[in-house]
This record gives sequence, C-alpha cells and structure tokens, in this order.
Amino acid sequence: MRKKSFAVRFKRALIDYRWLHLMLLPGLAYFLLFKYTPMYGIIIAFKNYKGAGGGYAGIASAPWIGFKNFEIFFNSLYCGRVFGNTLFISFLRLLFSFPAPILLALLINEIRKNWFKRTVQTITYMPYFLSWVVVAGLLNTLLSPDMGAVNVLIRSLGGTPVYFLTSKVWFRPILVISEIWKNIGYGSIVYLAAITGIDQEQYEAARVDGATKMQQIVHITLPEISEIVAIMLILQIGRMFDDNFDQIYNLYSPSVYEVSDVFETYVYRNGIQNSKFSYSAAVGLVKSVLALLMIAFSNRASQKLGAQGLF
Amino acid sequence: MSGNLTRSEKVFLFFNDVAMVLLCAIMIYPVLFVAGRSVTPDVERALHPLRIIPHSFDWSGYTFIFSTGSNILNSYRTTILRTLVGTSLNIVLTTLMAYPLSKRYYPPRKLITALIVFTMWFSGGLIPSYLLNKSLGLLNSFWVYIFPSAVNAFNMVIMRNFFMQIPDSLEESAKLDGANDLHVFFRIYIPLSTASIATITLFYAVYHWNMWFDAMLYMNRKEWWTMQYTLRMLIDSANVTDVATIGSAMDNIPPAETVRMATIVVATVPILCVYPFLQKYFVKGMLVGSVKG
Repeated sequence: MRKKSFAVRFKRALIDYRWLHLMLLPGLAYFLLFKYTPMYGIIIAFKNYKGAGGGYAGIASAPWIGFKNFEIFFNSLYCGRVFGNTLFISFLRLLFSFPAPILLALLINEIRKNWFKRTVQTITYMPYFLSWVVVAGLLNTLLSPDMGAVNVLIRSLGGTPVYFLTSKVWFRPILVISEIWKNIGYGSIVYLAAITGIDQEQYEAARVDGATKMQQIVHITLPEISEIVAIMLILQIGRMFDDNFDQIYNLYSPSVYEVSDVFETYVYRNGIQNSKFSYSAAVGLVKSVLALLMIAFSNRASQKLGAQGLF
Repeated sequence: MSGNLTRSEKVFLFFNDVAMVLLCAIMIYPVLFVAGRSVTPDVERALHPLRIIPHSFDWSGYTFIFSTGSNILNSYRTTILRTLVGTSLNIVLTTLMAYPLSKRYYPPRKLITALIVFTMWFSGGLIPSYLLNKSLGLLNSFWVYIFPSAVNAFNMVIMRNFFMQIPDSLEESAKLDGANDLHVFFRIYIPLSTASIATITLFYAVYHWNMWFDAMLYMNRKEWWTMQYTLRMLIDSANVTDVATIGSAMDNIPPAETVRMATIVVATVPILCVYPFLQKYFVKGMLVGSVKG
C-alpha cells in the first residue's frame, strides 16, 4: 500500500513537473558528464595507467598499484617544494593581497566628489578584466632587463638592472604586486557596499565630539565592516590551495621553479607535458582533498559567523 | 556636510585625492605604455625606452595583424566565434537550469543543488578531465572551447538566487490563467531578469575572451588557437613568424616587439570598451554572488 502510493506520487511528480525536468536536463547532463565523470577518473591515481591512446575507457582495465604513486610523490624532493611554495605564496597573499582592497574601499569612501569617486572605481576595476596572459605581456614589457621601463629608470639612476621575472628573490613579490594591481579594485566592491550601509549619524556624532578622520575610520568604519572582513578572510583561507595557476604559469620560467612551482603547475608539467598521467593524477588528488578540507572548514566557520554565504 | 570641515579633515581629504590620482595612474600606465609602444617605430623604441607617444607613428603592427595570412587575425576570429557561441550556450543552459532549482516546490531541488555546489568544492582535477575530453573526441575540435565549460556552477547559483527574489505570486496568477512552466519562464522570469542576465553574460563573455588554457591543452592546430593563446605564444617563443603567420606566403613581417604590443592591444580593447557600461550590473552580481547580508 505504502509502496504503491510512493510509486503513484513519483509518477505524478514526473508528470506534473515535466517542463521543469526538461529545463533541468541539459544542465544536469553537463554536470554529470564533465564534472562527475572525471571524478570517477580519479581512480587512475591508484593505477598504473599508461594509456597514450587508451583514452578514458582504458582507465578501468589498467592494473591497480595501490598508493605507490603517492609514496613516490611524498618521498620526492618535489613534495616539500610544492607544498612549501603553495603555503608560502598563500601566506603572502593573506598578508598583502587580502588587506589591499579593504584599504582601497576606505579611501574611495572618503572621496567627496561623486564623479571622481565613480572614475576611480571604473579605472581600478579595469585590470580585473584583463587576462593573465595580457598582464604577463605588460609585465614583460615593463620589467625586461634591457628595454623595460623599470630597468631603464634604475639604470638612469645609476643602479644595475634587475632580472625581475627570473630572479628567485623578486619572483614572489612580483606575484603579490601584480595580483594586487589586477584585483584590488574589483575586490573593494564588497567592502564599499558594506561601508555605504553604515549609518551616517554615527560619523556626525563623532565629529561633534572632535574625532579626526583617522579616529572615525578606526572606531566607526572598521568595527562596522569587521564582520564582512572576517567572512572574506575565512573564504580566502578556504581557497588556500587554489594556486592561481593562470598567474604563475604565465609568469614563471625554469629559473624560478624553486620558488614558484605549486601543485597545479607541477601536475601540468608532469601530466600533460610528460604524460605521467597516473602519477600526476595522484598529486592532483592530494591537492583536491586538501582544498576540499579547507573549504569545508571555512564554510563551517563562516556560517558560525552568521554569514549566509553562497547558499 | 562638507561646509564645516576641520583643518585636519581638509588635509586628509587632499592627500586622499592625491593618492587616488596616483593609484589611477598606476592602473592606466602599463596599458597606455604598451599601446604607445605598439605604434612606435623600432628605432625610436630603442632610443627612447620611456616614451609613450611616439614622434613618428608606425602602424605596421596593426596592418600586419589584420592582413590575410596572419594567424593573429585567425585566432581573433576564433575567439570572437567562441565568445558568441559559448556565451549563448552558457546563458541558455544556465537560465534553464537555474529556474527549476529556484522553485521551492520542485522535489529534487535540494539534491541537485547540492550535487552542483559540490563541484565547486571538489573536482576530478586536470588529468581525468583531460583524458575524458580526449576520449570524447574534443581534441583539435572547436567544440572543446564550448562544451567543457557549458555551465559555470557559480554563475548558475547567482542566477538561481536572482530568480528566487521574484515573487511567487506572479507565477501563481499566470498559472491560474492556464500558463505552463515554459510560459512563466519565458514571459515572466526572463523579462524580469534582464539585469541579472546581463551580469552573467559579462562574466561568461570575459571568461571566453580571456581563455587560453584549453587551446594550449587541446588544440594542436595553430589556425584554431584562441587570441590569448596566440598572444602567449608570441610572448613566449623566439620564432614569432611561425606563430604569427599561416603558410609561408607572408613577407614584410614587422619586428617581433611591434607584433607583440599590437596583439596585446587588439586582445584588450574590446573588453575595455564594454566593461564600464556594465559596471552597475557586475557590482550587483558580485554582491549577490559572494555574500548576502
């Protein structure tokens, strides 16, 4: 009886919502084919898959080898290097790239003339829409040792030219600076919106009491946006293992692998360029699992802070 | 409010304005510099490395790019084509999918939303996706630019959130008049969502315009490279002629640096022309997408 009523309800739901099912179908098929099928393919990390021409079907028949690929990675020099670079570059981002848009939002908010404010916003959003390929092209032009504008300036001031993009000392600072340049404006949108929502009477009261601009920012604006800052910080920490492949791959070269090689660049070079599919799938899986853990943790934390988050 | 500023406030505001002007200069300078270099003759470029506006103009980079036999022209066409086709498919699939998932009464809503959100957190990774796309016959096919990125989970969630803000009463009254879900979707939801559709259109179009990685992975035929990948190869490789031309019929190829600079400009200008007009939309999309108060 109960079973039948379920079948009946199921059939009804199928018919009643037929248009909705139909609308959902193409998108759902996309996610199953292009997102979930590759998840099945992860098993090659535990197999010895050579398949140059074997394709996806060859995955199933490849012999199992357990955790061997993981052992090779964890025992190699590259493990420490890739981990270290990923963590260190993320740390630099948290330290410098994260606060930059907050500072910008505070400053933009203090602009009095509306047209000027809008102009600053539009101009600072601009680099966000450029690709890393283009930004790498700009950086190459500005930083090149012989003709680059920066080195021409250094030389005219009597210094020796610096090979910025091939220097182990300079490469990471260039990563951070170029990321700030590209994303500072776009990143400030969220904070500006939060600042705009602050009750203006608080500022008036503070001014009557003789508070300076700095005091107003420190004692009114910052506390008012602290919640959104905390949420964005947690989200940023959750993205710690997102390597910014786009940026690093377009800027790095063998001479700076030591300070710039991260999970995704390592996986790309080994997997695609050297066709070590199983091994690099294993390395990729290590990264994916770490990323998943970080995101799950950060989502928990941001929900505790009362954020609705994405969903 | 600005009438009775104290002295310290005026000083602060002055330096703030100066800082903002400087920041804008830092944002614009690299782009202007490259644009200037692209029309500077080779000799002048070497003699005056800092000069932005040249004394004599040299347009050979652009005439080369837009002449027949130029692979840059070819990849420009490919990028425009993928942006048009890809973005259209993105919008159709994303809105179609977001609609049922925005309906609280739709039974599998929660399950499927969870399935999709999960793909934002975890993925098979580069290697399995690469092997899959290869097996699907997408290697060296134009469709590799289209199908593997047909729906973006993040944009889909943004669209769904927009749809959820539309009052249910509109749908209910339309259904009383005998409309089915498709009518409701096309006649009520789509017209009410033009602003949000503009937002995700911009996101998708920028994605397609800037994409180079899939060309590097899957496209061995240089005539079908995308603009950004061709640019990458121009910056990266010593043999610019090989990257920039198809066949061997071309002579009078301008200096490599001229070609590079002009290609950067050509790859960038369309986006720079479009984004300021869509500013209010992506600001809104960004806010709905990231954090809701």
